Amino acid sequence: MMAFPDIAPAAAELWMAIGAMALLVYGVLRGDGSTRAVVWMAVATLLFAAWLVWSHAEFAAVTFSGLYIADRFGAFAKILVLVGSALTLILALDYLEREKLERPEFPVLVVTACLGMMVMISASDLLSLYVGLELQSLSLYVLAAFQRDSVKSTESGLKYFVLGALASGILLYGASLVYGVTGVTGFSAIATALGGQERSVGILFGLAFVAAGLAFKVAAVPFHMWTPDVYEGAPTPVTAFFSLAPKVAALALFIRVMTGPFGGIGDDWVGIISLLSALSMLLGSFAAIGQRNIKRLMAYSSIGHVGYALMGLAANSTGGVRGILVYLAIYFGMNLGAWGVILSMRRADGKLVEDINDLAGLARERPLMAAAMAVFMFSLAGIPPLAGFFAKFYVFFAAIDAGLYLLAMIGVLATVVGSYYYLRIIKIMYFDEPAPGFVPLNGTTGVVVAAAAVFTLLFFLFPAPLVGEAGLAAVALFP
Amino acid sequence: MLIQFIAFYVFAAVCVGSALMVIAARNPVHSVLFLILTFFNAAGIFVLAGAEFLAMTLVIVYVGAVAVLFLFVVMMLDINFVRLRQGFMQYLPIGATVGALLLVELLLVIGIVVDSPDAGGLGGAPMPPVERQSNTHALGALLYTRYMYLFQAAGMVLLVAMIGAIVLTYRVRTGVRKQSIAAQVGRHRADAVEMKKVATGTGVTL
Repeated sequence: MMAFPDIAPAAAELWMAIGAMALLVYGVLRGDGSTRAVVWMAVATLLFAAWLVWSHAEFAAVTFSGLYIADRFGAFAKILVLVGSALTLILALDYLEREKLERPEFPVLVVTACLGMMVMISASDLLSLYVGLELQSLSLYVLAAFQRDSVKSTESGLKYFVLGALASGILLYGASLVYGVTGVTGFSAIATALGGQERSVGILFGLAFVAAGLAFKVAAVPFHMWTPDVYEGAPTPVTAFFSLAPKVAALALFIRVMTGPFGGIGDDWVGIISLLSALSMLLGSFAAIGQRNIKRLMAYSSIGHVGYALMGLAANSTGGVRGILVYLAIYFGMNLGAWGVILSMRRADGKLVEDINDLAGLARERPLMAAAMAVFMFSLAGIPPLAGFFAKFYVFFAAIDAGLYLLAMIGVLATVVGSYYYLRIIKIMYFDEPAPGFVPLNGTTGVVVAAAAVFTLLFFLFPAPLVGEAGLAAVALFP
Repeated sequence: MLIQFIAFYVFAAVCVGSALMVIAARNPVHSVLFLILTFFNAAGIFVLAGAEFLAMTLVIVYVGAVAVLFLFVVMMLDINFVRLRQGFMQYLPIGATVGALLLVELLLVIGIVVDSPDAGGLGGAPMPPVERQSNTHALGALLYTRYMYLFQAAGMVLLVAMIGAIVLTYRVRTGVRKQSIAAQVGRHRADAVEMKKVATGTGVTL
């Protein structure tokens, strides 16, 4: 007989699971009219879960017979995911009501997606990795197709589903190869098994397939094909959600898998990651130049940013992981703000502006909104002293420390090219002939955007808490 | 021993034969019925191998749910299978290539198993002998203890799948004439029947 497992380290996950079910019951009983209430309750659920994670952050524990690991690294990523998702939900509320999408399942699916991300982040076994990934992906597929009367949204959901299922298959195939060679699925057990034996072809194939599956989930080139179409078709708040929380979760999982079970064979995967990183940075900057739709542009921008973050993983060091975590936190802040502005850019007739040229003259109509957008765009481009510069600074530093000079150079070049399309948006907003009729930000969105702008602007004054926490989290991964 | 031997070959032969018929039958309904026959015989082979849990799952899940669903789809949807099959043969080369590749891979796997015969015992939880514990018990003892976390998480995945199916397909239709049982039961005689006194020869006005 086995003793009942210690469930205390997974308190936040349990809370999220129970919360999702309770919200679902409430939403179903009260009908579509209760959406606003369910959204706010979902925000409270997410924030309370973040607090639970926060209060347990110091205690590292492995439970559920080695399937689940709680550590500082996981806590950092989880808090980022939970707080970010809560803020995205707040931004989404207004849009849902305007587009007649107010159904209580929306916040419930966001909560279950977050639960899946938490399972992913805390995975310490190939099995829990896969289950978490599926829970997350399945919720995201449904969210992408949520606007089911729109052909674009359905197409986006279907495309995401088919390609996502393919990626899951590739990942599973790699996992089965790893299991076949080592005979175990636990991360630490795999690391032990790989330490003692000679590197076989099976393990290299397994590693490559697992990396390809994960690269799809983070949308790194050459596994990025789905991103622009899915981002363009999905309802805008869902796109905002896609570009934030799932990226963090998948990157955290990527880091954990590469440094954990495959930590001992770093020489074999650093090349793979470097290539993914370099290609993503280049494609992210060059392909975005021709885009006219702001959602597609943000999709390419997110591909590029994943490339920069992966540079930290290619460094395969504590400094590199710290760099990624700082990068993700800052990316979160500036991207959230940018999406807040995009979600509010609409004309008086209620139509959402998606074409970049329609932004012309925003600065004259809505100076504060344009100023906030300019801050986010400058920051995304990586111009000092805004937060985005520091994000890049830490990963570039780690890459140079690890001797990846070529990769760092490609990164710098890509940044220069990428600046062009970020600056073009600013140019259109400030210097083009105005097209009047922009609606002001609504209250809650305004608060979120303002908070994100302040964070982005003033990060350089107080970088220590965030960088310190990220450092502690990174140390937890490299014992 | 001999009976097992005969049983295996009967099951295997029927299994392969009916699998062939699944793709050879002209009528799609017959195809599905042959598919069900294949499942039953594969379940028989599982029982012979001492994996009665897999056998039962195969019958319950695949025959009970999947094959019946196929049958419904085949019978309800108006698909012209004759036209679907036209030009079928032009895919033969690519199909044969894929089949050959799979065969080579299978042989490789078998080669590995032959290479290290005790690989099966290396797993985290080796199967106890059938005389001591049936494998339904053995699976349950693992699933609800060591893998409880995954079991619960898989439950959440299924819940999300259900929510998703409802969100994407359910529509509230207006003007549906639903049966209201409470209203029917709660009806009084006085609401429905009206008694009229009829004077002889005058008739009634309704």
